[in-house]
Amino acid sequence: MTATSEPVSPAAQPAVLSQITGWLHSMVSSQEAVLAISLIALTVSVSLYETLVLGREAPRFLAERNIADILQGNAYIAVAAIGVSMVIISGNIDISVGSLIGVLATISGLMAVNGFPIWLAWLTPLVIGGLVGAVIGFLVAYLRIPAIVVTLGMLSILQGGLIIMTGGAWIYDIPPEFQLAQQRPLGIPMPVIIMIVLTIGAALWMRYTAYGRAIYAVGGNAEAARLSGISPRATLMRVFIINGVFVGVAAVLFATQFTTIQSTVPPGLELFVITASVVGGVSILGGTGTVVGSTLAAVLLRAINSAMIFFNISPYWLRAVQGILILITVLADLLRRRRQLK
Amino acid sequence: MLATETSSQTTTFGARARTLLLSQEGVLLVILVVSVAILSIFSAPFRTVENILNQGRLLTEVGLVALPMTYIIITGGIDLSVGSVFGLSAVVLGYTWDKLGFPLELAIVVALVTSTIAGFVNGWFIVRVGVPPLIMTLATLAFYRGLAEGISQARSARGYPEWFYQLGQREVLGVPTQLWILVIAAIVAGIILARTVFGRSLYAIGNNELGARFSGIPVNRYKLLIYTFSGFMSGLAGYIFVSRVSTTRSDMGTGLELDVIAAVVLGGTSIFGGTGSIAGTMIGVVLIQLLKNGLSLAGMKGDATIVVIGLVLIFAILVNNYIQRRSGAS
Repeated sequence: MTATSEPVSPAAQPAVLSQITGWLHSMVSSQEAVLAISLIALTVSVSLYETLVLGREAPRFLAERNIADILQGNAYIAVAAIGVSMVIISGNIDISVGSLIGVLATISGLMAVNGFPIWLAWLTPLVIGGLVGAVIGFLVAYLRIPAIVVTLGMLSILQGGLIIMTGGAWIYDIPPEFQLAQQRPLGIPMPVIIMIVLTIGAALWMRYTAYGRAIYAVGGNAEAARLSGISPRATLMRVFIINGVFVGVAAVLFATQFTTIQSTVPPGLELFVITASVVGGVSILGGTGTVVGSTLAAVLLRAINSAMIFFNISPYWLRAVQGILILITVLADLLRRRRQLK
Repeated sequence: MLATETSSQTTTFGARARTLLLSQEGVLLVILVVSVAILSIFSAPFRTVENILNQGRLLTEVGLVALPMTYIIITGGIDLSVGSVFGLSAVVLGYTWDKLGFPLELAIVVALVTSTIAGFVNGWFIVRVGVPPLIMTLATLAFYRGLAEGISQARSARGYPEWFYQLGQREVLGVPTQLWILVIAAIVAGIILARTVFGRSLYAIGNNELGARFSGIPVNRYKLLIYTFSGFMSGLAGYIFVSRVSTTRSDMGTGLELDVIAAVVLGGTSIFGGTGSIAGTMIGVVLIQLLKNGLSLAGMKGDATIVVIGLVLIFAILVNNYIQRRSGAS
């Protein structure tokens, strides 16, 4: 894009042109770029709509509060989607994430209310999340039960267990210093910082370390991975434990965003997280995708939600839009692959 | 038939009993009998005929949807959108009758046609475009639920005429009306799966889809058929549910897919495809409902009973895996 503004000698122009189209091609062929472009396009169109149609001088969509809301509203989804993306890339699935967030958020809140040190209330969900992940990983990797069955069972156990323990009661009187998600160091909301740091960290880890690459190898072809010296079992075990810890972080963000917590499982949450992963370009067949994509997708979903309010579309249509979005992503992915095969 | 052919070899009564017991259906049947026995001994309200029939009423919706789900999982697919189609059917029924003023009979037909189309759309994308079933039905899980929410705008419809409740709340010959439908549907579905070319082909598709294609099985047409069937049955279950609870809401059937898949998998259908039976699925459906009922009668809070279902699900698969491995080794 910047190349067009530079002075170019006539002779060099065709080469530059083909280079630009080449860039455009490779940009559209990466899901991360498509998502970023969609985000920008959405922002521009809502802003134009506001200034041109509604005649506002400053688009409220671009107001600091709205931007902050778009970035932090789905931060906990994005954090959970990092772990779930790893699980999906490894060729598995986890549908118990929503229930686990509900349980861990409740544990965290109850600890804070009952006088435990705040840092312990933040840390415990991560540890328990990791332990639950270890149980799932063990059943999947070593006892060879399909992940969808294990996590379906785990979903029921967690959800029912929570009802037995708390009866779905609200948790009140939470100490203010517990509210991690409401802190704003340097004026930036804490969830945004955590989301960005974890996304970049996880993306680098998956791209540049042997353990990270092993996840792709196992998801792409477990047998080939085993023959090249990677232990698929240990890799899967690791992936599910990491996923549990990320879900723990997501649960803390979820628990600390409001001043009360309802000790139930938020309905449809696991689906929202999986949607972020899939729209972010993680192939459900395993082996491909990045966590940068899933985080961008989580932000995009929030931005769409916000844009619908500006366009005065009933929020009850939100789920329908989400469904269409998954479908478009998957269709685009299929087309892209077919073209690559040709 | 098979028994007479092979009787000269090994099939004594004992050996046959052993294979039956070691099959997933056998293991489940034993678990079912034991749990019913325990529940009957400890809970007087459980062992009444009324209670048992009422449980039949409650399990019908899951049972009806579990039939096509068994077919689909046997072919190696999955349908996550059944709960949303269920809700869409309920909303379309209520909306066309209450808001658009359709005659109720027509509203029912429209709801069933809508859900059948919903299933067809799933199947079409899976077969023609090649979208993996998990993803396709995940997308339509969100999309169909979104349609239901968008159409209803979270308003409910109630006040149906008396005849509408026949299906959900009345009896025929002393048995809940919908239970008749389930029993007949299950028998027909079981016979089709076990005794027809179509049914046997589903196993072939699940075991080796490419092989099935090469041996001349119309794989695409059969797959399209079972996803469409799944849409229809989910819609029918939604209609029965509205008739049972007398109202329409857009969140109806949320999480139904998990109940159904749990019952099917518990019933011995492998999630990887290739094996399974309608009998197993029905035992799975009944087992889950009776456990829920027995536990809540024993004082456990209604929603909490799903803990036990989760445990039973994992435990049953573990036992099955163990038995399969041992019988494979010996």
